[in-house]
Amino acid sequence: MSSRRIVITSGKGGVGKTTTTANLGAALAKRGKRVVLVDADIGLRNLDLVLGLEKRIVFDLVEVAEGRCQLRQALIKDKRFDALSILPAAQTREKDAITEEQFASIVEKAAEVADYVLIDCPAGIEAGFRNAVAGAAEAIVVTTPEVSAIRDADRVVGKLNDRGKPIRLIVNRLRQEMVRSGDMLSVEDVCEVLAVELIGIVPDDEEIIDTTNRGEPIVLDENSRLRPIYDKIVRRLEGEIVPFTNFDQPGFFGRLLDALKAG
Amino acid sequence: MIDFLKRLFGQTGSSATAKERLRLVLMTDHLELAPDMIDAMKRDLVDVISRYVEVDRDRIEVNFEQQDRALAMLANIPILSVNRPPVNRAGNGNGNGNGHGRAAEPAQAAAVAAAPNVSSPGAQAATDSIVTRRRRRRKKNQSIPAGAKPATAH
Repeated sequence: MSSRRIVITSGKGGVGKTTTTANLGAALAKRGKRVVLVDADIGLRNLDLVLGLEKRIVFDLVEVAEGRCQLRQALIKDKRFDALSILPAAQTREKDAITEEQFASIVEKAAEVADYVLIDCPAGIEAGFRNAVAGAAEAIVVTTPEVSAIRDADRVVGKLNDRGKPIRLIVNRLRQEMVRSGDMLSVEDVCEVLAVELIGIVPDDEEIIDTTNRGEPIVLDENSRLRPIYDKIVRRLEGEIVPFTNFDQPGFFGRLLDALKAG
Repeated sequence: MIDFLKRLFGQTGSSATAKERLRLVLMTDHLELAPDMIDAMKRDLVDVISRYVEVDRDRIEVNFEQQDRALAMLANIPILSVNRPPVNRAGNGNGNGNGHGRAAEPAQAAAVAAAPNVSSPGAQAATDSIVTRRRRRRKKNQSIPAGAKPATAH
């Protein structure tokens, strides 16, 4: 079985785990990969909503775990990509409605019919996190360049290290003009603090709010500014060496320009 | 205008503060030690070193630094005099590493490294440092691996 099982996690809530999962999944499917997205956030499911699949849910993760239905019955095929499906979390159950072993075995099963299984991890480091991680062979940690998000990411990195999972980092919602003026931590700062391999830098962009409103993955929009960013992350996941967009500090004249603009 | 000049010369805004605060908070997170534990550790460390050399207890500095995922403890311990007769060195000589024997090693090295600087007895101390490293995810009861080398200046 050569499929990849990747948990997308962050510690802190609201940094963009679900959006990242949805868009990486769609970007992979667009490249012809068979992808299953598993929503591990039992009680607070949202992956279905972000992808516009909320009306199609019949069965959920917990019902699969309890043997009330087959995995394939619970998988919802995406409207736009045949190769993409999601396994929704249960909305009215608790995080402990499922054990680590049950979760891991469901992910194993999903991996039989997919090239990639991406697990959307709940916030926190409790039962939901343990379940989501138990099913994964590797991890993507999502953080934003804020102290609270980074501290939580650091906790999660420690826990993933303890479990021996290889980790890669996505720095989400970067505002380059703030980094330039010294008012936001840079990607270098974040990487230095977390000491994890970087796999993506996603700029803060209101596009994402718009696409989420409509329940569409951003990679569908050919004109999107963020589409190439997710495409690049996916290519790096596939082992390609893709240079990062140049977010270097500007030279003197760049700063002069910024200062004039700001001042 | 000041704001303009700051921007022009690329002076850092709050991101530098953020980085420093993060560094400190993660240090304590990683240590999983309460501040009074750190104080107790400092005291013990100095007690051990004092068995071999006289140190300036008032000017001891202990800091922690992040080096990749590992945490390094940097201790700057000014040595007042190396004239104190070595105590119990023989006892640890063929050291089958009990806790004390191992802990004494860095002190020994620090003293040796500092010795050339103590030209006149009673002069203000040469400072030297010992560096002990510790794996971030320490196991309980595992002794702290210690290595000694002259540290970067503080």
